[in-house]
Amino acid sequence: MLQYLVKRLLGLIPTLALVALLVFLFVHLLPGDPARLAAGPDATPETVALVRQDLGLDKSLPEQFLRFTRGVLQGDFGRSLRTKRPVSTEIGERFMPTFWLTFAAMAWSVAIGMLIGTLSAVWRNRWPDRVGMTLAVSGISFPAFALGMVLMQVFSVQLHWLPTVGADTWRHYILPSLTLGAAVAAIMARFTRSSFVDILQEDYVRTARAKGLPETVVVVKHGLRNALIPVVTMMGLQFGFLLGGSIVVEVVFNWPGLGRLLVDAVDMRDYPVIQGLVLLFSFEFVLINLIVDVLYAVINPTIRYR
Amino acid sequence: MNEQAELQPVDAEMPAVPAATAVRTPWTEFWRKFRKQHVAVVAGLFVGLLILLAIGAPWIVPYDAENFFDYDRLNTPPSLRHWFGVDPLGRDIFSRILMGSRISLTAGFVSVAVGAVVGTAMGLVAGYYEGWWDRIIMRICDVLFAFPGILLAIGIVAILGGGMGNVIIAVAIFSIPTFARLVRGNTLALKHLTFVEAARSIGASDWTIVVRHIFPGTIAAVVVYFSLRIGTSIITAASLSFIGMGAQPPTPEWGAMLNEARADMMTSPHVALFPSLAIFCTVLAFNLLGDGLRDALDPKIEQR
Repeated sequence: MLQYLVKRLLGLIPTLALVALLVFLFVHLLPGDPARLAAGPDATPETVALVRQDLGLDKSLPEQFLRFTRGVLQGDFGRSLRTKRPVSTEIGERFMPTFWLTFAAMAWSVAIGMLIGTLSAVWRNRWPDRVGMTLAVSGISFPAFALGMVLMQVFSVQLHWLPTVGADTWRHYILPSLTLGAAVAAIMARFTRSSFVDILQEDYVRTARAKGLPETVVVVKHGLRNALIPVVTMMGLQFGFLLGGSIVVEVVFNWPGLGRLLVDAVDMRDYPVIQGLVLLFSFEFVLINLIVDVLYAVINPTIRYR
Repeated sequence: MNEQAELQPVDAEMPAVPAATAVRTPWTEFWRKFRKQHVAVVAGLFVGLLILLAIGAPWIVPYDAENFFDYDRLNTPPSLRHWFGVDPLGRDIFSRILMGSRISLTAGFVSVAVGAVVGTAMGLVAGYYEGWWDRIIMRICDVLFAFPGILLAIGIVAILGGGMGNVIIAVAIFSIPTFARLVRGNTLALKHLTFVEAARSIGASDWTIVVRHIFPGTIAAVVVYFSLRIGTSIITAASLSFIGMGAQPPTPEWGAMLNEARADMMTSPHVALFPSLAIFCTVLAFNLLGDGLRDALDPKIEQR
């Protein structure tokens, strides 16, 4: 197990290094001179030269990359061009609202998605299945921003039940997390159903039924536990989806999180912030996938010894 | 001599089988199974209708989508004169939705087609040659996969600038790794089968083996994914326009229209309703069609 873990961790290094290189090159791919961008439109040539020296842009590319990597490893992503504050501070302030939003969305959508998927598999081709799968296919077809606008219109504007924008109380979390999680719940439901349908046709399920176990025990004990194995992997992939989805949902609900920070940064061409955020998002995503793979290896021993 | 004797009975039997059932090409097999999926057939017809509407939109639209302003009916709900109502600037929403279908369908088709072609080629090479080719290509995919969904697209738009063309490039790049992995997996499974070995033993070149013998075996999976992926791509492209990075107003792109409609949600919700419905119906149709194609093309499904 430990060997597997070490192997996987080492395998991450080239991927992360390439990601860092891409994110580093990102600034150099931007149209225009980064020093001029950083100095602002009204800067004199002298100021631009100073800024260039200050940012190390006068050095060779490999030197700059080393400097960039060293900074990143120490948590230094440079300063925001817009607010002049360190990017790490900007990100730090916005991290928790996005984290809780993603967490809330993940929690409800996995629970509901698996429940719908299980019910659909057990009553396959009967009405609970049809209702569940109709909901699920609608869920993956309805864009999050449109769903957010509909929910806000109905529950905040018309009914006044819930607040519209902001992230102050738990009530603020309800609509954004519903919006963000809807597609994930739908994907989880579809995936759980197909995984469960396969499992319910296995010989050991037939054996369990043949020996007279109640159907609930067959479904929960013999079915669900085995059906969960592929579902765990799917969950990890969905985290990436949520990280991406949160960008759009945060715009709809004016959420003070990382997604809106990113959209604002792209609008303002605040490239140090974009760099930091892209790096953070991809690091989170890679890390989550690693955790999922390890979990998978814990559940399923055949993977470990490959 | 001996060989001929063995072959003959087979030849003799052939005419005895009625022609209609004898010819079971992959196409007839597919059609036989697909036909039974009524929902998917309807979805497919709907997709066909959408494509026709999108092509004919410039001749069908009752009003100019960008430059016609009905100042007497600002914000009015649907009526006979304006089927989907009028937006706060006086533009006819029905005309804008129709013209928008061209943008969304093009974005969906082109981006997925580019992603599928590049991804399939990469997957075939990686799966067939393995070794270094495989390692390099799969590493590229890992890196592309390391950026969650829309983030990669946003990064690309940040570099290239906004606009629908760049959005299409961004969404295409983000479709590549999925197709590459899918095709690589299929290629790995196919290349050890007897018919590939047979082709190699009669001296077929790598190119012939990959193009004539392995590639056809991966088409089914690619087609299914293509259809399911178009839905995702339409949503991604609309999302980018919605957050202001794709099509810019006054372009009648559905996501951009929704973003414009946000300001007037309180007074005229119908302005937001129709673009939402348009995206939903289009994506739903592609997803249902994709589900149907999968059920018809996946050999595992039939046993259920």
